[in-house]
Amino acid sequence: MNRLSADNVTLAYDQRVIAERLSVEIPDNSFTVIVGPNACGKSTLLRALSRMLRPNEGRVLLDGQVIQSMPAKKVARTLGLLPQSSIAPDGITVGDLVGRGRYPHQGLLRQWSAEDERVVRESMARTGIGDLADRYVDELSGGQRQRVWIAMALAQQTPLLLLDEPTTYLDIQHQIDVLDLCADLHEEQGRTLVAVLHDLNHAARYATHLVALREGRVVAEGAPKEIVTAELVEEVFGLRCQVVDDPETGTPLVVPAARRARARGTAEKTEKAPETAGAGARGGAEVSESATGAS
Amino acid sequence: MKATHIRAVRTRGGLSLRVDARAVTVVVLLVLVALAASVALIGTGDFPVSATDVVRTLTGNGTRIQEYIVRDLRLPRVLVGLLVGAALGLGGALFQSISRNPLGSPDVLGLGQGATAGALVVIVLFSGSATAVTLGALAGGLVTGFAIYLLAWRRGVHGYRLVLVGIGVSAMVTAVNGYLLTKADIVDAARAVVWMTGSLNGRDWTQVWPLLVLCAVLVPLVLVNARGLLMTEMGDDLSYALGVRVERVRMVLMVSAVLLTAGATAAVGPVGFVALTAPQLARRLTRSPGPNLVPAMCMGATLLIVADLVSQRAFGADQLPVGVVTGVLGGAYLLWLLVTERRAGRI
Repeated sequence: MNRLSADNVTLAYDQRVIAERLSVEIPDNSFTVIVGPNACGKSTLLRALSRMLRPNEGRVLLDGQVIQSMPAKKVARTLGLLPQSSIAPDGITVGDLVGRGRYPHQGLLRQWSAEDERVVRESMARTGIGDLADRYVDELSGGQRQRVWIAMALAQQTPLLLLDEPTTYLDIQHQIDVLDLCADLHEEQGRTLVAVLHDLNHAARYATHLVALREGRVVAEGAPKEIVTAELVEEVFGLRCQVVDDPETGTPLVVPAARRARARGTAEKTEKAPETAGAGARGGAEVSESATGAS
Repeated sequence: MKATHIRAVRTRGGLSLRVDARAVTVVVLLVLVALAASVALIGTGDFPVSATDVVRTLTGNGTRIQEYIVRDLRLPRVLVGLLVGAALGLGGALFQSISRNPLGSPDVLGLGQGATAGALVVIVLFSGSATAVTLGALAGGLVTGFAIYLLAWRRGVHGYRLVLVGIGVSAMVTAVNGYLLTKADIVDAARAVVWMTGSLNGRDWTQVWPLLVLCAVLVPLVLVNARGLLMTEMGDDLSYALGVRVERVRMVLMVSAVLLTAGATAAVGPVGFVALTAPQLARRLTRSPGPNLVPAMCMGATLLIVADLVSQRAFGADQLPVGVVTGVLGGAYLLWLLVTERRAGRI
């Protein structure tokens, strides 16, 4: 029995149903990454797992209990979440913001224990922002700021940590930086991590367990090496591609098919693709066009 | 200014409190200023009393005439001023924090206008007693507050929606108030206009006790929930993740803020801009992020008492209602805020 799972949940915003009867197990001590095209329900699933969203049907179980029935602070000591967008209050320092992660461990008469102070210092050291404690959060770069939020989630000291697109808005170097940090956090303390990621190659490289969603259904789940195939990518993302071995890590690397090949594929399937095919046929312009086409 | 002025006070029993030295200094200074202004205000009037005599009388050693003037006439007026100022400062800080917007204060949201409407209905349509006017104003403020809350609520209350709904409600209620005034006969209209400026004149112990009870219940309730409020400033998702029951905290605090504001307004009429300016001034003094509830409360009390002192000293006893002074000062401050915020690119 895993600590966190969604059992037959139906997830909806008002009347708009995102997922029906979805069941997902988060393997203990895994670095689980949820992938899928836009609007497939991956962030919604993460919201349900972190009890931001109450399922219309079914239930989310944490340590065998329905998550909504547990005391809020108790959940917050077990399961942490790094949301996609958080607001750093005006004029707050890094140390203060990370310190707020201690909230679920505190109370009216236990506002700032020596333990709180130690954990905050460790969390900042762990994320490489130890010397930024007195800096204002507004002054930091995007990459540093993301580290501050992760430090805050660490200060919460939860065995499970959920991250909603932690690499969005970061440049490639900081994306890798954040993912390396996540991998370290997972490996060092056997922490269970669940992340929603946009980049399939990042997901395949870092995840120990991959969940591929499409239209609110799990299409495949398992170790990236076992499940990431050209067929799966086409099924989930509707993208023709090759899957090769990552020369650095040996994990699956998704290489989208060249524009001409994809255009041919589309033309075979649907009849309505004359302008795409036409553009592809204009040989000379192809190099620059395929560069823009890849984005 | 860095975070170094925050200290932890710990006992061996495992208790620990967070103390912001700068905020404590600000609060102590504000309380001292408020006390000094109170003493000066008690001494001010047609029968002046020196500061030493005021203190002596308050400690029970005055002459009989001083006893009467200080204890029965002027002390309740000052206490009403302090309590109303504190309630408005705290209510304003709560509203501004919940809406995450300095403009999200009761003045702008139309709570004052709502209370005014309640009072006007009693004055104009029923020619009611002073007590009835107070109750009418309280009811008007509460109804407006809950109407704003309900209209702004959609899977939670959010900043801009609250401010926009409040401005809309405020405009409508102002129109109703204008209509009621045109319907009033000249005596009622004069009475209504005096009420509408917000004044401490003629307040006595019957206003002190209900306000004191209101504050004694709500202030602790608010402070217990203050830590949750601090977390919600980082966004709903993160505060849920940290174990804050966001909607419950917000509901409790919103209701408290409405009660504080409506109660204060019912007691003295709509005193403009204290709720808007007190939290902002307090925040600039403490330089600390977060709602700064206690400093805002002390700032509100100090502002109102000092404004009343100014109006009493400059224009003579009971000539100029305190609401006029706070309106002028607060309006100037609001303009300054808009100009600087605009320069900072936030508006």
